[in-house]
Amino acid sequence: MSDASDMIRPTASTPSLSLGGQGAVEDYWALLKPRVMSLVIFTAFCGLVLAPGHIHPWTAFVSLLCIAVGAGASGALNMWYDADIDAQMTRTSKRPIPRGAIEPGEALYFGLVLSVGSVVMLGLAANWMAAAFLAFTIFFYAVIYTAWLKRSTPQNIVIGGAAGAFPPMIAWTCVTGSVDLASVSLFLIIFMWTPPHFWALALFKMGDYETAGVPMLPNVVGADATRDQIWWYSLAMAPVAALPVLFGISSVVYAVAAAVLTGLFIRHAWTVYRHREGKQGERGPKALFGYSILYLFAMFGAMLADRAAIAAWQAFA
Amino acid sequence: MSVQDIETYEPTREEAARRRKRSIAIALILLGLMALVFVTTIVRLGGMTGN
Repeated sequence: MSDASDMIRPTASTPSLSLGGQGAVEDYWALLKPRVMSLVIFTAFCGLVLAPGHIHPWTAFVSLLCIAVGAGASGALNMWYDADIDAQMTRTSKRPIPRGAIEPGEALYFGLVLSVGSVVMLGLAANWMAAAFLAFTIFFYAVIYTAWLKRSTPQNIVIGGAAGAFPPMIAWTCVTGSVDLASVSLFLIIFMWTPPHFWALALFKMGDYETAGVPMLPNVVGADATRDQIWWYSLAMAPVAALPVLFGISSVVYAVAAAVLTGLFIRHAWTVYRHREGKQGERGPKALFGYSILYLFAMFGAMLADRAAIAAWQAFA
Repeated sequence: MSVQDIETYEPTREEAARRRKRSIAIALILLGLMALVFVTTIVRLGGMTGN
């Protein structure tokens, strides 16, 4: 049986002094996947603003912080579990665990402590419904997606994408205390966006995923079938973009922006679908991947702009 | 290597600098957490007394 002293007991595999906790602050920060966290914070902020009802500004701030930390915690748990495949992929080989800056056990405890802390704090600051939702999201990302789906099915990111789509719903629940149908429209926008976004990445990182043995769609069904799927999913995403208007969350400013942004998304997806060979065939997925990041920020930004426009109009009228 | 060896281990300059930054970060996080819990309690209590 191991105990805490095992951490400082030198073994054959740890010839040098290894206490853990030796990483730089930046390494622990990197465990939280700050770039993913920025998207989570932004979409969650939109959920807070768009939800009906009032929330104290301080409670809103703490809620956002807890959702961000919860997302970061699942990132740390993901890096702990995926350290073996991260080491084999160029995109992830510089992460703190494969680089040797942080030990796997540290990342696990770091993730667990932050998970529990963020859930408890959210429960105390906002409400326990939102806290339960956050706990479920962390579980979904770390266990359902990372430990189960990612290595077992090419549909991994289709189902696993739900974890990244929950934050605006959690934020909504922080305000209302319930899970409303209208908030599902925010979820669906991210959920439907995830497959074309990740499959575009997987198309130009096929070699990486092949080396690591991760069954991403292009590695399982081939690049051609993936380009087809990107096209059909992008088309399916279009009506979903209209849902916030149908549910009364947003109005004309968002409607116009969403129409333009989604039209451009479909145009990028069409390029991926139509041009499969040569320079254009290579460039298409990269362009779609880059645009898809901008798209999600812009769509949620448009909802905020729409809400600001309505407030300004009401103040003026 | 015994626990005593570890206790007398002299960190390199780089390790000492990293340790210092970690300690400052932990101190700031703890202070932030204290402030977070304190203000949250005041806000929640304020809401209840308001009712």
